[in-house]
Amino acid sequence: MSSDSRSPLFMPTIVLGGALFGVGLAHSGMAKPEIVLDFLQLQDLGLVFVMGGAAAVTGTVIALATRYLDRAPLTGEQYGKREKTFDRSVLLGGVVFGVGWGISGLCPGSAYASLGIGNFPMLIGIAGMFLGAYAQGYWRSYRESTSGTATPSD
Amino acid sequence: MELTLLGQTALAGLFPRGISQYAIGGVLIGLGVSTIYLGTAITPGASTFFESTLSYVSKIPRFNRAKYLVSRDWRIVFTLSMVAGAAVYALTLGGGGWTTDVQAWRLLAGGVLVGVGTRLGKGCTSGHGINGIASLSGTSFANVATFMLTAIGAALSMQALGVSP
Repeated sequence: MSSDSRSPLFMPTIVLGGALFGVGLAHSGMAKPEIVLDFLQLQDLGLVFVMGGAAAVTGTVIALATRYLDRAPLTGEQYGKREKTFDRSVLLGGVVFGVGWGISGLCPGSAYASLGIGNFPMLIGIAGMFLGAYAQGYWRSYRESTSGTATPSD
Repeated sequence: MELTLLGQTALAGLFPRGISQYAIGGVLIGLGVSTIYLGTAITPGASTFFESTLSYVSKIPRFNRAKYLVSRDWRIVFTLSMVAGAAVYALTLGGGGWTTDVQAWRLLAGGVLVGVGTRLGKGCTSGHGINGIASLSGTSFANVATFMLTAIGAALSMQALGVSP
């Protein structure tokens, strides 16, 4: 998708969707690491309803759109599903993410929303996420440039 | 009668804060994702923001692939909108600001691992956990099951070691 083919309503739609996402994260308590940790320590299983509710709504919309609609009005792109190829790094990444999530109660979306509710210590967590993402990208680029063979991209 | 009471007690034990805040929040998150999807056909995840934003400051080819360059502007807008949505909520219905007691080292160490893990695993709690599950993607189910089990193990270990908050 080139930015030229975007409708003028593209960014306003991103803003509306992002704002709803942020309100949902705040209302559900997911913006508070303490509540996420309560779930992970099996003391309050409410997070199941957050992820389940969000996936149910989104899943219904994706199923209907892929079946009955053709192209998105603001980009002209075809409706599709989110399918990433499976390989070992999906599981390895899941383990590394899981340890991080379990140590801190932080994940990316909830961290952004946490800043919004005034939780400024979260800047430490977000800085950590950028450091981690940079280190991972640096390592992958280094490995690709030294191994000589192109690693399949995800 | 007694059975109902027993059921209610068990439910209250699993959900001491009730269920409605979680279910309503989840539906709102789903509506946010769906709004963007219906308008643009994009399934927005929260963690690609790191790579796409790093493309502004880093020359590493990994961060400068076409898919990050074309999406980096809206990913910043998306992220700032999440911050703004949560801020408006906190200032209106949400009862004002709030600060975590979780120790700084946990935020930093957890953040670094989350940063590595989401990029290695191709998504996070929103990319895999919401969009991927909603797409009935086997890859996402595998990733979510892996991070759920690992995170529960890590959090229970921290608790057993007496780390609090």
